Amino acid sequence: MIKLAIASGKGGTGKTTVAVNLALALEDKNVQYLDCDVEEPNAHLFLKPVIENSREVGIPVPKINFDHCNFCGRCAEVCAFNALAVFQDKVMVFEELCHGCGSCSYLCPEKAITEAERPIGLLEEGTAGGIKFAHGRLNTGEAMSPPLIEAVKKVSTPGYINIIDAPPGTSCPVVSAVEGCDYCLLVTEPTPFGLNDLDLAYQMVTKMGIPSGVLINRSDLGDDRVEEYCRDKGLAILQKVPWDRELASLYARGEPVVKHLDHWRVRFRELFDKISAALKEA
Amino acid sequence: MKKITVISGKGGTGKTSLVGSFAALASRNAVFVDADVDAANLSLIMHPRLLEEHEFTASQTASIDLSECTQCGLCRDLCRFEAISEEYIVDPVACEGCGFCSYTCPVEAIKMEDRVSGKWFVSETPFGTLVHARLGIAEENSGKLVTTIRNRGAELAEAGGKGYLLIDGPPGIGCPVIASLSGVDAALIVTEPTVSGIHDLERVLAVCRHFGITASVCINRYDLDEDQTQAIDSFCRKEKINLAGKIPFDRIVVEAMVKGMPVVEYSDGPVSKRVRSVWGSLIDELN
Repeated sequence: MIKLAIASGKGGTGKTTVAVNLALALEDKNVQYLDCDVEEPNAHLFLKPVIENSREVGIPVPKINFDHCNFCGRCAEVCAFNALAVFQDKVMVFEELCHGCGSCSYLCPEKAITEAERPIGLLEEGTAGGIKFAHGRLNTGEAMSPPLIEAVKKVSTPGYINIIDAPPGTSCPVVSAVEGCDYCLLVTEPTPFGLNDLDLAYQMVTKMGIPSGVLINRSDLGDDRVEEYCRDKGLAILQKVPWDRELASLYARGEPVVKHLDHWRVRFRELFDKISAALKEA
Repeated sequence: MKKITVISGKGGTGKTSLVGSFAALASRNAVFVDADVDAANLSLIMHPRLLEEHEFTASQTASIDLSECTQCGLCRDLCRFEAISEEYIVDPVACEGCGFCSYTCPVEAIKMEDRVSGKWFVSETPFGTLVHARLGIAEENSGKLVTTIRNRGAELAEAGGKGYLLIDGPPGIGCPVIASLSGVDAALIVTEPTVSGIHDLERVLAVCRHFGITASVCINRYDLDEDQTQAIDSFCRKEKINLAGKIPFDRIVVEAMVKGMPVVEYSDGPVSKRVRSVWGSLIDELN
């Protein structure tokens, strides 16, 4: 099994485009697409999967049994997230602050706390042609995305090439998505913003001990500093994709380029071969 | 003082480039906040001169004293974040800082230690004060860091008698986005005429409505697909949302960024004209 993450630091550099086309170019192999950008999942707009099952994902939050609670306040004292407040004859649970660690229920001296699932989003699984597909959809107004990302990643299939479409940024949601992957492809653009965020993303994967390489998208819109950076760091540039009105237009309509232009299928196969070779080396 | 947050749902639609131009257009009557704390870019076009630097500490990490630890395994059983290795080493990335292990360790070998998870700054720029931050790599609590700098920005805007607090928001709809929207007077959603742009616009708009915030919409690179632009236009009409303007695709936006300048300072072309009118529309809508 290969777990391949596509990440970027900066948003809108083309993660989903690359991940979708890579998956389609590998359709004849066993490939699974895991869209872990649960805040804004978009891959389904391009792959148009048939969703075969759907279930709610939640995190455990405390439920107080008032027949047993004596308002001692221990639960509020141990909660690191201020998700519980205890008054003389009342306990308030702020479910949206709860991380589901389980301290309060375990440590309640009266055993007055049980746990119930609070839904945070939906996990949907299906197929898109020959590709197994799964994504998460975080509920509107919900702050806590990592548990849903973990749930999407658990769907990965042994023996398959699992392509993980990560969210932008470098904080907890991205870490959840990239953790445990064999390789991370960093998609960037050759602009000052792209470079700044590539540096952050590269530091992140390095800190996590995950080998990585770079794809430079819209490679002719900007300057040379991203390439210089990659040279300095010994970071392999696996592919460069120039800006192209036809590509932009296909993307705008939700049409993956490998379905329309055969030479792109070849290019994405080459990209995968380079990643496989880098994996063997690592 | 009015607070405005610029968001997008989808990343890379042009939020920061737009906020940089708004900064130049706000005639020093605003304080700026870069709330995209894990990929902060606004400073690259605003040339900040650092005035204040603060450490951001909002959480703790468990630390196991291996000379006391009896390797009983209780902490590893109880930790729901799989943060403790077989060698009883805490993985700082996985540790949520809940303290469960520390409360339950039978030999009290686990201490919770404060964790510096980022830095935040107050800077002076040619356009006014900028409050910005840098979340440590792979750190948590970006929402709390956003709240910290947003509140500091609001204080500075009040104290300086400024008319606006302008917040450059992060992508997505999760924790830092919610923190950047909390208590603001208006949101500007920057979208693009693509299936992803529209899908994400709808989701982030739902978040604004969930928190009772009025949103305007701006379509960036609108001429890359006129049909999708038309679809966004109709959507805004149907939902009774102010369409603050449409900005064409132009390589000059990237040129300005490479020069480290807001596009309205770099060029007087069609993009700059449209950006001015978006800013005008946003201010009209607020007042």
